[in-house]
Amino acid sequence: MSVSADQVRHIAKLARIAMSDSELERLVPELNAIIGWVEQLGEVDTDGVEPLTAVIDQKLRLRADVVDDGDCREAVLANAPDAQHGFFAVPKVIE
Amino acid sequence: MSDLTSKTIAELRDGFRAGDFTAREIAESYNDAVAGARLLNAFTVETPDDALAAAAAADEARGSGELGPLAGIPLGIKDLFATKGVDTTAGSRILGGFKPPYDSHVTANLRKAGAGMLGKLNMDEFAMGSSNETSAYGPVISPWRRQGSNVGLTPGGSSGGSAAAVSAWIAPGVTGTDTGGSIRQPAAFTGICGIKPTYGRCSRWGIVSFASSLDQAGPLARTVRDCAIMLEAMAGFDPRDSTSLDVLVPKWEASLSSNLKGKRVGIPKEYRIDGVPDEINALWDQGIDWLRDAGAEVVEISLPHTQYALPTYYIIAPAEASSNLARYDGVRYGLREDPEGGNLDAMYAATRAAGFGAEVKRRIMIGTYVLSAGYYDAYFTKAQKVRTLIKRDFARAFEQCDVILTPTAPSAAFGLAEKMSDPLAMYLNDVFAVPASLAGLPAMSVPGGLDSAGLPLGLHLIGPELDEQIVLNAGLAIEERAGFTARPEKWW
Repeated sequence: MSVSADQVRHIAKLARIAMSDSELERLVPELNAIIGWVEQLGEVDTDGVEPLTAVIDQKLRLRADVVDDGDCREAVLANAPDAQHGFFAVPKVIE
Repeated sequence: MSDLTSKTIAELRDGFRAGDFTAREIAESYNDAVAGARLLNAFTVETPDDALAAAAAADEARGSGELGPLAGIPLGIKDLFATKGVDTTAGSRILGGFKPPYDSHVTANLRKAGAGMLGKLNMDEFAMGSSNETSAYGPVISPWRRQGSNVGLTPGGSSGGSAAAVSAWIAPGVTGTDTGGSIRQPAAFTGICGIKPTYGRCSRWGIVSFASSLDQAGPLARTVRDCAIMLEAMAGFDPRDSTSLDVLVPKWEASLSSNLKGKRVGIPKEYRIDGVPDEINALWDQGIDWLRDAGAEVVEISLPHTQYALPTYYIIAPAEASSNLARYDGVRYGLREDPEGGNLDAMYAATRAAGFGAEVKRRIMIGTYVLSAGYYDAYFTKAQKVRTLIKRDFARAFEQCDVILTPTAPSAAFGLAEKMSDPLAMYLNDVFAVPASLAGLPAMSVPGGLDSAGLPLGLHLIGPELDEQIVLNAGLAIEERAGFTARPEKWW
């Protein structure tokens, strides 16, 4: 499989990365080279093989089911580019 | 060059305890060395006051007899580890100015052990790179140069600042992280030791995520013993990381032994690949002789899916990265780009366009593609199946041997800018390192010798799950026989 400029534009949109047409055009051959290379995995017989889900076998632990708001609002907001009234502020979403 | 900066961590620890010098003297020596080596671009932030404060605490505690195992030792910390109140940017513009309100579990463990911090170490952006050239702070320059040349070389990556600092003797030990070779390849390129433990030994809590099923922290230092000392302090169970292993941390340093009698060393025939310089294969053969000399029996083994490890990695790692890096949205921390009159979506896209570098964008794009509707099974599920086979290869090999020996990297350090235009050529750097990462196994690089240009080459040891000890012991056997004492001539 190979990707077209339109597909690369769609992937960039999914990834939320703004890209100029010239950037997109440069990426098309780069991505196709990488995709073409990883496709050699098609040679490997994986019939009946389970996909790996945990690299080291271990049981998932459960924590106590308790509500904890952390009590650290100031610390959480301290690095925000824009924090107002104790919240993260973003550009207007609803017109 | 002060005398103290030529000592190993073990020598500093023991000398400080014996009263030969104070922790303050150690910290001052290294602070001066760091400040005098800025041409290397190894540090993104210097924290001399932190090193001095930890030293003061160590000096005060010395009389009490209650000293942590790293009391009086100043360390460098890779910029991927969250450090309370100190810039933590993962080498990226998008995390510019981020000051975590907490310490990572690993750095908190090191502090608890008494260590101080010299500063944060430069790295490839989000640990994506093999040459430290993708950093927003610019490349780290290796202290090493080819004989008779002043061409700038890479220290390797992604832990390039880490490797440069130790090999320039401006830090006695440092933290690194290894997703697909990022501790071991830079260690090999700069003539030092570096170990990636079993996946889950070191908590990932507070380490900026790249590919969560592969990311592991580990130390880089000048000797095998120093790596054992640091790893003991860094490792340990942490309930905040769901893949942290709830097992005791062994006394690796106390159990060090270079006597390999009764041990079998596996030599994987698939690691003899085309295009690798003869010098590297010759060093590999030398390493085999060294381990035989240490008492080990040498056996040929087969890891049949080796050639598929890199393409598997370059599906899984970008897939996990594209998901992990979705959090950088300009809302909670770091950079925000707010285009005039733009909506929320435009802010996300503009922030990420301005904040991520070219290699990170490339990997996010690949990862987004292989996870997208219609392609998920063909790429991601397929790669996870091949990963099962790679893990199985190792499990079978370890029925026949106790530790595996290979070269660490397919070349010595290369020149800056030499490979940046060809992503696939750059990826091939990790051809020997990636299989152990995919299988979650402990693996280490130790210096073996110099090539004909006078650059260091590393030997690579891979052990079974949770058996860091055999990796360290075989590393020690090589270290004792290689007698590697070369160090770069100071030009910086």
